[in-house]
Amino acid sequence: MQIKESSTVYDVCIVGSGAGGGMAAKTLAEAGAKVALLEAGPMFDSANGDMFKWPYQSPRRGANTHRPFGEFDAAYGGWEIEGEPYTRAAGTQFDWFRSRMLGGRTNHWGRISLRFGEKDFKRKSLDGLGDDWPISYADIKPYYDKVDKMIGVFGTNHDRSLGLDNEPDGYFLPPPKPRAYELLVKKSCDQLDIPVVPSRLSILTRPLGKRAACHYCSQCNRGCVTHSNFSSPSVLIPPAMDSGNVTLITNAMAREVLTNDEGLATGVSYVSKDDNMEYTIRAKTVVLAASACETSRLMLNSKSSRYPNGLGNSSGMVGKYLMDSTGGDLGGIFPQMMDGIPYNEDGVGGMHMYMPWWVDNQKAKLNFPRGYHIEIWGGRGMPSYGFLGGIHGYNSWFGEGGGGERSHEGGGYGQALKDDYRRYYGAMVGFSGRGEPVALESNYCEIDPNMVDKWGIPVLRFNYVWSDHEILQAKHMQDTFEEIIHTMGGKLLWNKAGADSNYGIHAPGRIIHEVGTARMGKDSKKAPVNEYCQSFDCKNLFVADGASFVSMADKNPTWTILALSLRTSEYIIDQKKKGNI
Amino acid sequence: MEKPKNGMDRRTSLKYMSGAAASLASLSWVACEAPEEAAEVSAHQHPTSEDLVLNDADQKLMEQQFFTEHEMQMVTVLGNLIIPADDRSGNASDAGVPEFIEFMMKDQPQHQTGMRGGLRWLDITSDKQFEKAFVDCSEQEQKKLLDQIAFPKQAKPEMSQGANFFNNFRDFVATGFFTSKLGIEDLKYMGNQANVWQGSPPEVLQRLGVSYDDVDGYEFA
Repeated sequence: MQIKESSTVYDVCIVGSGAGGGMAAKTLAEAGAKVALLEAGPMFDSANGDMFKWPYQSPRRGANTHRPFGEFDAAYGGWEIEGEPYTRAAGTQFDWFRSRMLGGRTNHWGRISLRFGEKDFKRKSLDGLGDDWPISYADIKPYYDKVDKMIGVFGTNHDRSLGLDNEPDGYFLPPPKPRAYELLVKKSCDQLDIPVVPSRLSILTRPLGKRAACHYCSQCNRGCVTHSNFSSPSVLIPPAMDSGNVTLITNAMAREVLTNDEGLATGVSYVSKDDNMEYTIRAKTVVLAASACETSRLMLNSKSSRYPNGLGNSSGMVGKYLMDSTGGDLGGIFPQMMDGIPYNEDGVGGMHMYMPWWVDNQKAKLNFPRGYHIEIWGGRGMPSYGFLGGIHGYNSWFGEGGGGERSHEGGGYGQALKDDYRRYYGAMVGFSGRGEPVALESNYCEIDPNMVDKWGIPVLRFNYVWSDHEILQAKHMQDTFEEIIHTMGGKLLWNKAGADSNYGIHAPGRIIHEVGTARMGKDSKKAPVNEYCQSFDCKNLFVADGASFVSMADKNPTWTILALSLRTSEYIIDQKKKGNI
Repeated sequence: MEKPKNGMDRRTSLKYMSGAAASLASLSWVACEAPEEAAEVSAHQHPTSEDLVLNDADQKLMEQQFFTEHEMQMVTVLGNLIIPADDRSGNASDAGVPEFIEFMMKDQPQHQTGMRGGLRWLDITSDKQFEKAFVDCSEQEQKKLLDQIAFPKQAKPEMSQGANFFNNFRDFVATGFFTSKLGIEDLKYMGNQANVWQGSPPEVLQRLGVSYDDVDGYEFA
């Protein structure tokens, strides 16, 4: 088979254009490096997204026939992609969400932009589980600061009296006022000593550069036409391209990292989805930012006589310590919100208030380590596919229910039912917990010995089982959400999850916060990369996505991926200048 | 893999990139403190056609027919019994519910058996009770039958399949009606447009017994 090799030798080849790859491309290209940026999917600009589309402009009214989060969601891809399978070891679970497009999963994410706190970098020292990071909050803080200012995030520095001492200050744009129901949540949580504070989302409430401020249509996940929220193609790729130093190659599915006799990386081979041909890019430095698991898949698939276990894997730790956030949800119906007063309640594309983890596990003698934050949802959103589905389960709860001739039981039809839809619309509020798992060596991905994808690239096999740490945390979520809903005067929209379902904890991978698999460390026998995300074995190989995470924290990973990628990129520039790589 | 329907125009993307990039190169924190109202307004003039948009694959589905004429009649009658017209809005047919359900049967074929079988179940039960097809019954007879399946907790055991079918059908009608233009107006949903968010209005706050005084320590946008 003919392999087309580029004549150019790039300074850097970056695999992946999401948060990590986008930041690396921008930083390195602006510093003058010639960058080849490989992306496995097509071009995308959210200016062409489905913002402001009405459900009736689609014959399926936005149903999720082709996209897991509905037809208008910006992410191309999902948990299953034709021709790109993965497997799971017997008795284990992992659902792997991939977004094949410029910017990857930054195009539809929740924009929840939380710094990890001081404690999050030294969990082992605090509770004996997992490992400490080789860096502290002080090491990463300057990069968080730069990310805040570069990208824009609204929020507030928390009042010290709230005791939220693991939620660092930042540089925040003013947050939007809470919605009325969010104030109701706060009022009830005040009684329960659960602090409810302005959320921290990377959505502009003030213009930033030429990016307009948010226009409050609540549709961030569809891609913002005015680039008022963060996605890599909205914020990072344009300046990278404008530097004139980036060659962007889309539909390029990376196959292997190539190495020479000295064990150094020399480039990346890929298959083009456009012409199905094989190509190689030559580069002096390789940065993997393909998503944690895709990055470790690449490392494990890059075998040679020098690297029989895969590139950068002399520790045997590539693929190990895979993590996803824990997740649990519960919703309620609130009689005081029924027959709501009409107004435009859209706001930004997400919650205006939220609850960071508020408990000291040890002081409170909780039976699980680590915590979770709580996200709030509900209200008078745009009616969409599945509108008040299952109403027969609850429309008899408050006041006249049902319809027809004779019933006050749930269900019904006719005028009374039509009125019920009107009464119940906007009367729901729900809570989602997103928490920290404990990093375990036994949770990992590896190369499946028996299966390849449609291009012949060996695929991943996942091995992931929640431990009691996570399951007991999920129970705490359910109990807490129930207490909040009852304190607010509502009824549970569905039954609280019990032991039979592991308290409703979502399968690993479902929260789409995959991190770990090429963790950083001080000891090359225990970790594949050092504190600058540089391979111990192959000094011109770096990772710049969530793969380097040592632990997950009860926070979304994106802001930390961005900060670490920036730190790694500046380190690469520094090492180049010093002639070390 | 699915074919993305939007946002794939390579030339447009590249054009955007070269144009918008310059502004991002020199950010300062001060710059973003100054509101630029005029610039904002022009940036938000996004065309909002309200027409149905069909790609080739959807067009093909539209051209196929799942329901028989008789089934379509049943779907229409049932839909209008579930959502009748009143002084605020029209009925399910007015909102295009039967056409929506027809499309969903082809778009998500996993619903076909339950839908077709449920409609047949209804006709057979109607024949047993009134010796005629459901659509040939009087409205009074139709409601008499619906009363036996529309309230799942009260439905007799021998009616449980009918009750389950009706729950699913009701959900289809609700989506079809309330995601239509007519249904969205009925609900008085007022969003999906550029807005300046200034919080919830006083009457809404009052109804819930809350106040922005509860968060007066914060400076909001």
